[in-house]
This record gives sequence, structure tokens and C-alpha cells, in this order.
Amino acid sequence: MSSTPVVTTPTNRSAHFYESLSGWLFISPLLTGFCLFFVGPLVAIFVYSLTEWNILSQQSSFVGLENYRDILFENPEFWEVLRNSLVFAAGLVPLNVALALVLALALNRAFHGVIVFRTLFFAPVVTAGAAWAIVWTFLLQKESGGINQMLALVGIDGPNWLRQPDWAMVSVIVTRVLKNVGLNMILYLAALQTIPRDYAEAATLDGAGRWHIFRHLTWPMLAPTTLVISIVTVVGSLKVFDHIYLMTGGGPENATLVLAYYIYERAFEFFEVGYASALAVVLFFVTLGLTLAQWLMKKESN
Amino acid sequence: MTSFVHSSRSFDAGDRSRLIRLSLKKICWYLALIGLSIPFVFPFIWMLSGSLKTQSEITAFPPKLIPESPAWENYVEIFSYQPFAQQYFNSLYIAAAVTMLILAVASMAGYAFARLKFRGSNFIFVFLLMGLMMPEEVTIIPNFYWMKHLGLVNTHWPLILLPVFGSQGIIATFLMRQFFAALPVELEEAAKLDGLSRFGIFWRIALPLSKPALAAVAIISFLHSWNLLLEPLVFLSDLDKFTVPLALTNFSDAYGLPLWHLQLAATSLSVIPVLLVYIIAQRQIVESFAMSGVKG
Repeated sequence: MSSTPVVTTPTNRSAHFYESLSGWLFISPLLTGFCLFFVGPLVAIFVYSLTEWNILSQQSSFVGLENYRDILFENPEFWEVLRNSLVFAAGLVPLNVALALVLALALNRAFHGVIVFRTLFFAPVVTAGAAWAIVWTFLLQKESGGINQMLALVGIDGPNWLRQPDWAMVSVIVTRVLKNVGLNMILYLAALQTIPRDYAEAATLDGAGRWHIFRHLTWPMLAPTTLVISIVTVVGSLKVFDHIYLMTGGGPENATLVLAYYIYERAFEFFEVGYASALAVVLFFVTLGLTLAQWLMKKESN
Repeated sequence: MTSFVHSSRSFDAGDRSRLIRLSLKKICWYLALIGLSIPFVFPFIWMLSGSLKTQSEITAFPPKLIPESPAWENYVEIFSYQPFAQQYFNSLYIAAAVTMLILAVASMAGYAFARLKFRGSNFIFVFLLMGLMMPEEVTIIPNFYWMKHLGLVNTHWPLILLPVFGSQGIIATFLMRQFFAALPVELEEAAKLDGLSRFGIFWRIALPLSKPALAAVAIISFLHSWNLLLEPLVFLSDLDKFTVPLALTNFSDAYGLPLWHLQLAATSLSVIPVLLVYIIAQRQIVESFAMSGVKG
């Protein structure tokens, strides 16, 4: 077959051209908008990061790498923010993935009301992050909050959840996990349903216990899903904004100040546009690095 | 047949104890699941309960789950405290506009990536993947000054344009692409022989077959827009232009302290319709999210 000569008759070529043209026409609306509101701004962020914005004169001046020097060597706050972002991700991702797996395993069997529980666990996913964060802020108030009032009924004096540095971070992580874990649960459930039941049945007949089946059969078969879920959740943890904005405002004592919120604060509350843009460049590279890592790991596991 | 034989046999003591053990196990199973679901459900219950309490009742100890005389007036007061009806309408029409635009843009682009071979498609695809992963915070600063230059700050345009051409539009494109690629190509080839143009094939053959994918895209796009907070916060400054999530953050007294009873009433009013629709169409909605997530 390889000897078949490639004939480029006029009709063939024009059909090819026609298909290529329609391809470009079909994607042109998306592509135009994408260039205007993503690619352009992405280039701009690098340019902005080399400037300093004077809010009084409304003028920007070129300062070279000054903003990066500020971030890396002058401003200890940045390292604090980076540390917080890592702590946030390190707390959120394992908790989210583990809980999602537990819920999925629990719901991956037939019993009365399985749909009811699935509906309940998934309900926060469709709820607005702002609404979820507001209700939890109310629940976690020192005196009037529902959680501490419940604790008081059994004689426990609850902490000031959102005003103590350690508890504030824990509170934001846990409420954020509760908001989003349903999504990962659904992805795990979908993966579990692709594992043929005969495998587990055969293993049971061979005398394998439940833990053994999970450890040596289910868990390895879920590995690709676990990988995808983990990376998407890590990248998602970099985007956290509404929970921080509404629950803690980055406090107390910067304990919950994470990169995405820090960018917003610097750019739109303090109007340090150049500095905030340099921070955005950092966030860009962190996200790009994680995305590439996912791609490479996926490639390797295939 | 075996089950018939079993059930027709009379019970002996061993059977009964096995039955008791079984139902005990069942009860424990349900108790564990109910315990697990408390942190997911209790916030909604507490939100509703708080929304029907007076300002003094809401901080009282011991707490009451059901207020003695429900303070329905909270639900009236939120509309006079700020233009909440207008804000609600803003959120609705913005979400509708975002949904329609994403459906149009993403189905066309998704079709091109699934069916048409054109130079540069792989390169563009990788670039879109990057746009999908990037947090909004990376590009929000230039986008703000860009919108300012266009005179669109403090209008609803950024809230419509940014989701459509940002990560949400791209998620939708990938979802549509996956769906189109799985459709049998023979139908379209037959239509081609009948002389239908590319757009004709897309419009008359492929699109009518992709209703499940379009429904999924519509659901996740609408909810995404309805739930946005960062963009309204950055772009809007007039109260009557606010969207619901931004309005929710705005129920506070002269000292900036939250008026919980009003805030919770407004929050309930924004959450309940979504939850009702969700409960009615939960299978469809859960599947929509699963479809958008699988490609990761």
C-alpha cells in the first residue's frame, strides 16, 4: 500500500483547502475571544511585571526586574504567602482525595437510599462558593456560631475558629474540602463502575479479604483516576479565592494569605499593579509546572 | 430456584440470630452514612434556621433549630436593604447569556477539533489546554485595564466575556469535542454525499445528535456564571449592577459587622432555587459534572 502514489488532483487539493478553511472558521469565535481575553493578557502580565504604576499620575514607568527583586529578596511576606499556599494544598489535596475515595467506595454498592446519599454529598458542589463560605463563617463564629454553641452544650469551650492562625487555616481547608469533595467522589464512582465485578468475585472465592481486594485490585485499578484527580485538585487549590475573601480575608496575621488572594489584594486594594503582576507571573509558572508534571506523569503511566 | 427453596424453609434459631446480626449491620451502615453526611447537610439546615430568626434570636444561647415565631420579615427586608431583586435579575440574565454564548462558541469549536483536519489544530489545542488550567487570577489584572480601556468596567460585559472565552468555554469545547468524536462518522459522510455543506452537516446532523452534551454544557456553564465572585468583585462598583454572590457579602451594619439574619435570608434565597432544580434533575446534573471532569 505504501507504494500508492499520492495524487494531488485539483479537486483533492481544493477539498483539503475547503476543510481547512471551515476548520478555522468553526474555531474562529472561540479563538478570537481567547486571544483577546487570555493570550493578550497573558503577554501583558509579563510586560506589567516590569513596570511600576503610579496611582497619582496614572502613569507607569519601566523598572526592569525590580518587582521580582522585591518579591524574592525584599518582601518576607511573599515567602509567607508561598508557604501558606503549600500548606493549604498539602492539607486540602490528601484530605479531599481520601474522603472522595471513602465516599465513592461507600456508595459503590446497591442499598436503599444510595441515591439520596449521593445527592447529599454532591449538593455543596452546585452551591455557590460564596454562599457556602458565608454559612460556614456564621457557623464558626466564636460566641454565636453554631459549632461552638453545640460544643458548649456538651461542655467544650470551642476555639475562635477564624481568628486563631492555626484554626483559621484548618477551617478554610476543611470547609473547602466539604464544598468540592463531591465532584471527586463522582469521578471515583465512575471509575469504580468500570472495574468488572467478576474480578472481586473471583478474588473472594480465592479467599481474599475486603482489605486485600482493595489493596491489590481496586486501588491499582484506580491509579489513573487518582493521578488525574490529584493534579486537578492541586491546581484547583491554587485558585482558592472566595473562601479566603469571605472567611478570613487572609488573616489572622496573614495565616491564610495565599497566592491567588494576595494577587487580588495587591492589585485591587493596594493598587500595586506592577508588583501584583510579578506575583501573577509566579502563579503562572507554578500552574504551568504542575500542568506539565501531570502531562508527563500521565504519559509515563500509559 | 435456590432462593425459593431457602425462603420456603422454616426459620430456626440460627436463622433468626443471623437475621438480627444482618439488620444490626445494616443499621450501623446507615448510621455511619448519616454521620458522614452531617457536615454536608447541616450548613443548609442552619442557614434556613438562621434566616428565620430575629437579629437578637440568632446569637442567643442555647441555640434553637426551629425559631419560635419564624421571622419571615427578613425575606422582605433584604429587598429594601439593597436592590436585591435587581441583583437577582442581573445574575439570572448574565448566566443565561454566558450559557447561550458558550453553547454556540464551544459546539462549533468542539466540532472543528473532532472532525476537521486543519493545520495548526494541535498547537491551538495545547494552548487552549493551558488556558483551561490557568487560574483567573493570572490574567485578571491586564483584563481589568483592558476592560477599562474599552469602557466596560462597571458593566456586565466582563462577566459575560471572561467566562465564555476563559476556562469555562474551554471546558465546554473539550466536552463537545469528545462527544462529537464519539458519534458515528458514517451519517455525516452520507450527508456530505448528499451535497450538504460543512456547516449544514454540523447544524442538521451533528448538533441534533448531541443534545446530552449540550445539556451538560448548559448546566455547568449556568452554574459557573451564577456562582462567580472574583469577577463581579473586581469589575462592579454600583449596587444595582451587583450579582447575587457579590450582594451576599454586602449585608452589614454601619460598623461593617455582618447582619447575619439578613445575610442568611439572602443566601437562602440564592441557594434554594438551585437546590430545588438540583434535587429534581440530580441524575442529569451529576452526570454533567462527571462528563466535564473526566477529561481532566
